[in-house]
Amino acid sequence: MNEQDLRVLIGTVKTGQVSRRAFVRRMVGLGLTAPFASLLLQHAGVAAEPATVAYKPTKAGGGGSLKTLFWQGATLLNPHFAVGTKDQEGSRIFYEPLAGWAPDGDLVPMLAAEIPDPESGGVAKDGKSVTWKLKQNVQWHDGKPFTADDVVFNWEYASDPATAATTIGNYQDVKVEKVDPFTVRVLFAKPTPFWAAAFTGQSGMIIPKHLFEAFKGGNSREAPANLKPVGTGPYRFVAFTPGDVVRGERNPNYHEPNRPYFDTIEMKGGGDAVSAARAVIQTGEYDYAWNMQVEDQILTRLEQDPDAHGRIEITPTGNIEHIQLNSSDPWTEVDGERSNPKTKHPLFSDPAVRQAMKLLVDRQAVQDHIYGRTGIATGNFINNPKRFVSPNTHWEFNIDKANKLLDEAGWKRGSDGIRGKDGKRLKLLFQTSINAPRQKNQAIVKEACEKTGIEMELKSVTASVFFSSDVANPDTYRHFSADMQMYTTTMGSPDPETFMRQFLSWEIASKANKWQGRNVTRWHSDDYDAAFKASQSELDPVKRAALFIKMNDLVVDDPAVIPDVYRPGVTALSKKLKVPLSGWDNDFWNLKDWYRDV
Amino acid sequence: MGRYLLKRLAIAVPSVLGISIVLFTVLALAPGDPFEELASNPNVPPAVAMALRAKFGLDDPIAVRYLHWLAAMLQGDWGFSFASRMDVSTLIWQRLPTTLLVIGLSQIVALLIALPVGVFSATRPYSLFDQIANTLAFIGFSLPTFFTGILFILTFSIYLHWLPFVYRADLGVTGWRWVWEEFRQALMPVMVLGLFQGASWTRYARSAVLDVIRLDYVTTARAKGLAESAVVMKHVVRNALAPVVTLVALSMPAVFGGAIVTEQIFRVPGIGSLLVSAMLANDTPVVMAVTFVFACLVILFNLIADLLYGWLDPRIAYR
Amino acid sequence: MAGLTLASPTADAPPLGGHARYVSPSRETWRRFRRHRLAVAGALLLVLMVLAVALGPLVWRVPIDDIDFAAQLAGPSWSHPLGTDDLGQDLLARMLYGGRISLSVGLAAMAVALVVGTVVGAIAGVSRGSVDMALMWLTDLFLSLPALPLLLLIMYLFRDTLTALVGPQLGVFVLIVAVIGGLRWMQVARLVRAQFLSLREKEFVEAARALGATTWRQVMRHILPNSLGPVIVAATVEVAAAIINEATLSFLGLGFPPDTPSWGRILYDAKDNLDVAPHWALVAGGAIFFTVLSINFAGDGLRDALDPRKVM
Repeated sequence: MNEQDLRVLIGTVKTGQVSRRAFVRRMVGLGLTAPFASLLLQHAGVAAEPATVAYKPTKAGGGGSLKTLFWQGATLLNPHFAVGTKDQEGSRIFYEPLAGWAPDGDLVPMLAAEIPDPESGGVAKDGKSVTWKLKQNVQWHDGKPFTADDVVFNWEYASDPATAATTIGNYQDVKVEKVDPFTVRVLFAKPTPFWAAAFTGQSGMIIPKHLFEAFKGGNSREAPANLKPVGTGPYRFVAFTPGDVVRGERNPNYHEPNRPYFDTIEMKGGGDAVSAARAVIQTGEYDYAWNMQVEDQILTRLEQDPDAHGRIEITPTGNIEHIQLNSSDPWTEVDGERSNPKTKHPLFSDPAVRQAMKLLVDRQAVQDHIYGRTGIATGNFINNPKRFVSPNTHWEFNIDKANKLLDEAGWKRGSDGIRGKDGKRLKLLFQTSINAPRQKNQAIVKEACEKTGIEMELKSVTASVFFSSDVANPDTYRHFSADMQMYTTTMGSPDPETFMRQFLSWEIASKANKWQGRNVTRWHSDDYDAAFKASQSELDPVKRAALFIKMNDLVVDDPAVIPDVYRPGVTALSKKLKVPLSGWDNDFWNLKDWYRDV
Repeated sequence: MGRYLLKRLAIAVPSVLGISIVLFTVLALAPGDPFEELASNPNVPPAVAMALRAKFGLDDPIAVRYLHWLAAMLQGDWGFSFASRMDVSTLIWQRLPTTLLVIGLSQIVALLIALPVGVFSATRPYSLFDQIANTLAFIGFSLPTFFTGILFILTFSIYLHWLPFVYRADLGVTGWRWVWEEFRQALMPVMVLGLFQGASWTRYARSAVLDVIRLDYVTTARAKGLAESAVVMKHVVRNALAPVVTLVALSMPAVFGGAIVTEQIFRVPGIGSLLVSAMLANDTPVVMAVTFVFACLVILFNLIADLLYGWLDPRIAYR
Repeated sequence: MAGLTLASPTADAPPLGGHARYVSPSRETWRRFRRHRLAVAGALLLVLMVLAVALGPLVWRVPIDDIDFAAQLAGPSWSHPLGTDDLGQDLLARMLYGGRISLSVGLAAMAVALVVGTVVGAIAGVSRGSVDMALMWLTDLFLSLPALPLLLLIMYLFRDTLTALVGPQLGVFVLIVAVIGGLRWMQVARLVRAQFLSLREKEFVEAARALGATTWRQVMRHILPNSLGPVIVAATVEVAAAIINEATLSFLGLGFPPDTPSWGRILYDAKDNLDVAPHWALVAGGAIFFTVLSINFAGDGLRDALDPRKVM
């Protein structure tokens, strides 16, 4: 970055287009020395800012009913069994974690009295333990007190493989011990920079020991409380019909003053996203609709109606719709599998083809014509939180440049206009799941490829098959029996460590690991592996962020994947409803603070 | 009669078994996986999905799984939902009242349309009324329910703001308020189903009455000097009713199945929407149980139709 | 239950063979059909539709997948007589193409149902005893299968497997046709069997039998041709049902893939834009509706025309 660029950037900070903190992060990403960057960061206030949500009501209750609409209804209410976000949201009405994730990627205490930090000794200097202090005035809905025993129990419950908890990933590699009745300590086997995986956010909800103790392990499914949750949350359980409706009423003994505002809550499931948007924005039958996977044109039109009852709220997330280039050969079977990691892709092994493909994805058109506010064109794989976003990358859509690249690399056009080299025809199969925007996106890429002399065949697979873990089916994204594929990867936590595992050489999906490896592209880079290993033991947050930015750049420059658009959370809300949403946690993460402006 | 019933039941048992084998095989051969959502979540280790597959016995051979299922079914255990981790029978019972309410009401609407219109048309064949009714009936059953459903929502909910289009099984109110709210929310789904069914039944009612009205005994009744209304009500309708009632009984299972689309559109938490969501979640035990319930319904209503027919038309002998 | 067949169980066609004032059965049917005005109108409309989708794409040469973001959701105009969809694709071209799919699904599914039903019904009707029993049990078994749920299920489960084998369009087409046909042959089988049972005792068949005709000849020459009347009527019902079924499947997102615009699929894609671009949904919904309506009218006319009891 030269001086001119720097001045431009400073200008954007002054006009408020880029926050001060984002500016500082960019500086770090540029490789400023860590002490200097730390200084800057301290100056800018990098320590966790409290996510203040202006909460106006001065007494609990009196808000009437809160009606929420989910186009997929919750099918179960035990957070440790949650199969998708819908189940987590249903559970979140009644259960709480120790802390939730605020929109900027910082922790906010829920059942914890405070967020552990290195200064107070909450986070051990060697990175091998973290100590949580719990609130002391919390009661379960049945009146029993909430204590450290409950927290320890949740670890035992979830980490027992016989329970078959879907949250096991956060608990199996740690140990949890009770320090005193209101203090627990999480112990790690090795220094762990990201210490907040357990007991926070979507998969950190705490269930009561006294109701689940007898149902740990093999008989976990017999617990009556699986269907009648007893939690600590702002609403108490009333009724549940799987896939249809969850109903709750105000918890009069909630542990925070003046909360919650609503007397009852209803979470209705079923139908489709567009009619859910209509029910909130057009008819006002509902106050909230979840996950508006609807084309932005339609949402905008609904919102612009002068009689509109609702609005759309956009929340930043790290979810990224991206196109993967297969590094292995999907067309030759080696050792009984296609896309064997030992093979090289016949076309993509030429860097010119990879670079050309990168130039042929018209991300701006994808944003403008398909996703609008709900998919922002990007050149980065990590797009949020801001401290991990690379300033070094750029992207462009340029057919001429792609043509030139391919010409120079010796890919000559044949009589039918399709390029070839050494008897290899430049023909690619591009697959994705069945989903209207994705098919449109495919069409946009195909059009550009055809203008460049690349023959492209499109394939769309039913989502349930495409995303399945079925070992026998070659059409799953993990088998990757195509040259390119496109889908959204969700970044479940504001820390990119888990997210960035998907490019590690030892995570490559193959027959040997029953295609369970996370690295679906079969991409392999020693530099990347080294950077990741370094990040796992790097306790300085600034240096660690710089490592993730480096990883991002490696993946995007090569490219192993072509980032397309990043997908913020989209929610439909009634105009009067005040809702603190976060892209790093469930929509109901801060349900206690929801209220209606009167 | 008793022997006939026994014989019919004896035939029904292998049918039910046959259907269950067909359904089970179809499901077991299918690709897809109930735990796909886990697979796309990078925070869940893949081993969890594998463990769940093993836990629910998804890796066993088909025959073994079928026998397990059959043994459990015979003991009244309908299976265990993967997605909800609860008993399938509970899921079905929860949704039965809503299904019965909406479908029952729609069938009543259909009958209330079909019988009077059909009878009246048949008594004046090729009159203006008959032709209009006939044309409307054709239009009625040529319009697919998903199309009418969408048109209704657009007109009555979105433009006119008269009716809600999200059906809530539990309205949270009681007394007359409940009746009123229930009426408002059930109106559109009931009408969509009722009009479609009513249209085709009108045709059947008309032709059943036409078949009877030309018979000699009707002419005799007229010749006796009975009033036309008495002839129609006492002599014609009673006898024409037998095939119509049988047909109504026979079409009930198809109505349950056909309501799936309507349930989807209006978010009616019925058995049909349970089936669709279970299919989308690859929740095999639920899919199996619901389709099996549908199949049993068909057989049951076939039997009812047979018995009804014999009861209404004494000329039919049970053999 | 056995009495519940759609058409008359005793459709005695005039005996073959003739003298001077002979009027062929088809001519007689046509004369009777013509009297039914709505049926004639329906048949005309149907012929027009078939001609349009068969020849239309030769005349209207706009590609079905030409994306033009400048013309999104445009209403009817000279360049796009039926308007465009949300990608700016020409709806007329898509409707013509989709009509080929929807109509051929209807016809092919009807053919499957008819062939299977006729074969099963004929075998059951000719042979007595255990074969008849077994076949009728099979028919009852299939009648007891819940049609729409099973249709959804099979489509949902096997669409991708078959698609992988023979390509998306053909795969879905074959599957839809096979499943719809495979779940709807039972009525035809019952009809044919009932016809056979009554016809085989008729004098003209007995005469043929007495003259030493083989069973095969009796069936092919005498019984089958005379039992076709009600079957033809049932066939029209099948076409209409198959078109609606395909549309329902596509509407639930389980039919043809998005790049194959069958009418049902177009309607499914249109429903979210119903308020701003009503032309889109109306064109697709209207096409389905008018096709089914005209088939139903034509079928009704045929039923009357083929029913000799009916005085016209």
